[in-house]
Amino acid sequence: MDLATIVPVMLAFTDDSMRFIGAGIAIGVGSFGPALGIGWLVSKAMEALGRNPEAQPVIQTNMILGIAFAEAIAIYALVVAVMIGFVF
Amino acid sequence: MPRLRTLIILGVLAILLGQVGGLVMIKAGIAEDLLKVVLLRGAKPAIEIKAEKLYTIGFFSITNTLLTAWIVVLFLIGLAYFATRRMALIPSGLQNLMEAVVEGLLGLVVGTAGEKEGRRFFPVIATIFLFIVVANWFALLPVFNAIGKIEPLGAEKKEFHEESVVYKESGLGLIFPGAETLTVEEPDLSACNDLSGHEKTECQDTQREHAIETAREEKGLKADEKTAIIAPYLRSMNTDLMSPMSFAIASAIFVEYWGISALGFFAYAGRFFNVSKLVKGDPMGVIDFFVGVLEFIAEIARLISFTFRLFGNMLAGEILLLVMTFLIPFLLALPFYGLELFVGAIQAFVFAMLTLVFGTLAVAGHGGHEAEGHVQEPSGAAAAH
Repeated sequence: MDLATIVPVMLAFTDDSMRFIGAGIAIGVGSFGPALGIGWLVSKAMEALGRNPEAQPVIQTNMILGIAFAEAIAIYALVVAVMIGFVF
Repeated sequence: MPRLRTLIILGVLAILLGQVGGLVMIKAGIAEDLLKVVLLRGAKPAIEIKAEKLYTIGFFSITNTLLTAWIVVLFLIGLAYFATRRMALIPSGLQNLMEAVVEGLLGLVVGTAGEKEGRRFFPVIATIFLFIVVANWFALLPVFNAIGKIEPLGAEKKEFHEESVVYKESGLGLIFPGAETLTVEEPDLSACNDLSGHEKTECQDTQREHAIETAREEKGLKADEKTAIIAPYLRSMNTDLMSPMSFAIASAIFVEYWGISALGFFAYAGRFFNVSKLVKGDPMGVIDFFVGVLEFIAEIARLISFTFRLFGNMLAGEILLLVMTFLIPFLLALPFYGLELFVGAIQAFVFAMLTLVFGTLAVAGHGGHEAEGHVQEPSGAAAAH
């Protein structure tokens, strides 16, 4: 790892390229948590539905509400990624 | 409803006609690259997050999202007017449709908030839902984001646009398929900081023009290929940050108003500044106080979360549609149109229901346990039938 190999690699990390890497990481890592959360939520809702099919409207309404909350976090990550990619 | 065979034949004819038209355009010298015209590839989308200003009167500017919002409002007013014009006891036509919508929404609201409070909350919740869903669905019409003013790059002095479309003047006012985009780097205006007033603006203008010229030369554009920014006349209302923010602020104001009018100002404020135990001298009251402060912060955070949920969903949908149309024209955008329909309706539903849920919690008062009992009972009644 001498100077002759490090300098070209460092020069390759231009402003623009770091920007795009940042945008990619923002949305990639940021959508990980909400995806898990939504999967959890829906699985519990399915369980509840299986136990009590009569309560379907109530369960479905509350499930959609919960999914919206979890998805909002992914949307924050997406907005940040779009801002990094296009605005800054 | 014409038969499938007729539709297929018409579709193939339309595509063939498009190809012939493209070849004619190339012969006439208006368009250039054969492949781009034949495949009807759109210009790479120049994505602009801020809403474009169409007309400015003094300090007030009319943006394209504001224009869309006005059109949606007029549409809703017209819908309400025509639905209630000749009201019959047995509804038919438009009245029937609106009655179904109102009844469905009322059932939802009353099911969550109870009979009395539900009826009180209903106008606000239903307005939020209908306004947002109609605004989101309007944006799927073909007119949106496609027809607009063409402004030469560099004409708008205060904001510098980096992405612009390259097109040839054809006299028809169309930007033909296959148009390219030009990216200009933000010019370095720090050299002009020493000057002031008239000289400063001149210096800045020269810098900008220089940057545009350099970019054009680098790309190898000829003189008759102009660069311009497209400001669409119509753009989806909720892609402008101001619109979801207004909805969030209005929803927060209503929730607080409902809480205060149901419980009285001091009882409602006691939820956030809980000094009841501290006043009695109980040191454990400090915890209660901090919980109250946290609840207050949560109320503020809700404003931000409401705004960005709606804004992010709609902006992402718009960018998705633009990019998909660019990649494979006509075809790739179809499943995403379905997604946009679904997401538009769901976001409206979620906004309205969250406002309803927070209103119900605000009215039920401090404690929450009686709120649960209060809320579950009507829901159970709703589920029973």
